[in-house]
Amino acid sequence: MSVDNYIILACVLFTLGAIGVLVRRNAIVVFMSVELMLNATNLAFVAFARMNGNLDGQVIAFFVMVVAAAEVVVGLAIIVTVYRSRRSASIDEPNLLKY
Amino acid sequence: MNPEVMTAPSIDYIALLPYIIVGAAGVIGVIVEAFVGRNGRRPIQLVLAFGSLIGAFGVLVVNRTTLGLQAEGAIAIDGPGILFMGLILLLAILVALLMSERQLDPAGDAFAPRASALPGSDDERELTTRGYFQTEIWPLFLFSVFGMMLFVTASNLLVLFIALEIMSLPLYLMAGMSRRRRLLSQEAALKYFILGAFSSAFLLFGIALLYGYSGSVEFSVIADALAAEPGQTALVVGGVALLSVGLLFKIGAVPFHAWVPDVYQGSPAPVTAFMAAAVKVTAFGALLRVMYVALGGVRWEWEPLLWIIAGLTMLFGSVVAIAQTDMKRMIAYSSIAQAGFILIGVSTATAEGLYASIFYLVAYGFTTIGIFAIIAMVRDAGGEMTRLDQWAGLGKRSPLVAVSFGIFMFALASFPLTSGFIAKFLVFESALAVDNLGLVIVGVIASVMAAFFYIRVVVIMFFREPVEGSPAAAVPSATTTLALAVSAAVTVILGVLPEPVINLIEQAGVFLR
Repeated sequence: MSVDNYIILACVLFTLGAIGVLVRRNAIVVFMSVELMLNATNLAFVAFARMNGNLDGQVIAFFVMVVAAAEVVVGLAIIVTVYRSRRSASIDEPNLLKY
Repeated sequence: MNPEVMTAPSIDYIALLPYIIVGAAGVIGVIVEAFVGRNGRRPIQLVLAFGSLIGAFGVLVVNRTTLGLQAEGAIAIDGPGILFMGLILLLAILVALLMSERQLDPAGDAFAPRASALPGSDDERELTTRGYFQTEIWPLFLFSVFGMMLFVTASNLLVLFIALEIMSLPLYLMAGMSRRRRLLSQEAALKYFILGAFSSAFLLFGIALLYGYSGSVEFSVIADALAAEPGQTALVVGGVALLSVGLLFKIGAVPFHAWVPDVYQGSPAPVTAFMAAAVKVTAFGALLRVMYVALGGVRWEWEPLLWIIAGLTMLFGSVVAIAQTDMKRMIAYSSIAQAGFILIGVSTATAEGLYASIFYLVAYGFTTIGIFAIIAMVRDAGGEMTRLDQWAGLGKRSPLVAVSFGIFMFALASFPLTSGFIAKFLVFESALAVDNLGLVIVGVIASVMAAFFYIRVVVIMFFREPVEGSPAAAVPSATTTLALAVSAAVTVILGVLPEPVINLIEQAGVFLR
């Protein structure tokens, strides 16, 4: 199977993640969509590494996983704090800051 | 690649010492948080923070002549890189002075005693009456500074991405740690985090596309690949566009500015000062390096894009700031407008544009720190008083504070004899040098509109009678006074005697490849 298919799949997953961030209302689901975007990028990196014939892309995928894990720690801390003070994880409800 | 012939990378630890000092101080700070008793932490954290920032700056000054690519080409320590790192460290020292302030708020510093305690709960009241303080903010702050130093010198797209995250992740947390108006602060942290993570995913996908095109993430290899094949492929266009989205988000350029007003308004004033000054300097440093070094070969592609974004950013920031009634929000929109002016310098793709942008960032960074130092001082029992009408009569009640704020407003409005005038002059000059008259005209129109709301603040402070309940500025401790004095002095000196700084910037030369 051609490497192109993996890159197309990565683009589709990335787009799905981006749409998820824009249309979903629950902060956790929005956050999961961001993770989907990062993992789609990982797939693209590995596919490009295969296409270019070097290992850089595969190594980068590991770095991205570590960064994604760090992002989970910070993100969940913020989302849980907001949930505890508002009893809701909706990203529409916090609306004190506007205009 | 055969594992048997892999050699260990050679790393010059002396050249990398500034990064190591700041990063190690952050790590030691975390250990201090875990093992030192509650009362002993603050003095140690202060020594670590100020010691590492000043020490790193000192090492940078001593090392300033050893230029070159470090860590196997991943980090470029060149003239502009050293200038950016030095500027970031100086701004960080001023921010640290603001963060260590403990006299303005009757309950202590600007940060929540425990960020996890529910706002308004008995738990939180008890922590406040017991006089607990939070010191975790210091290691977070140092990690963020470490990330910034790495971000402006990254010569490799992977390092760029990692540095972006090291810089941003602590900032998301710091935004949510205000002692007063905690719901606002938490909301700011949530918005900043979601949008920041979203934009860094775009940046990363842009990196993936450029890697796919050139087979490497090194700036020099990408530049060579672009030079060898001038024809544009979808990979290049998509990669450049997505990479720019990620960087322009951090800069707060229109149309990626939506987070700026909310986050600036909700965060505690010292953290806002950090974001408005240091993050903007950092993001521009990285944008300049990526555009000039890696993507210089396709600059016919991104120059028109930056013209449009610069024009939109200047006009949008200036127009919307006029309608603001909240001081922090107004400064946020003003910072969007200022980002547009700096983008004029970036979009020229010349050495003059680079120097003009750096000078603008120096002027803007110090002025912004001063502004937020004063915003933290104008307060009542409930926290900062940021409604514009509450500032009425400040000139009568606290003349000295109001005069300094007036100087900063005049500098942002780019009046002669302030740093803002020279900065804007240099930026417009660099655009005229490449015959971009249209952008300069838009810039002048935007400056005139922006002057209106800066002058309005001065009018409110000096020519309007104080309303009931509008207090004088609180008396700060020596640290805030020092930060304020330094930023006011830099703002005036750069306006009266800009030559030494301009010479320093021009001596720095251009980016290394």
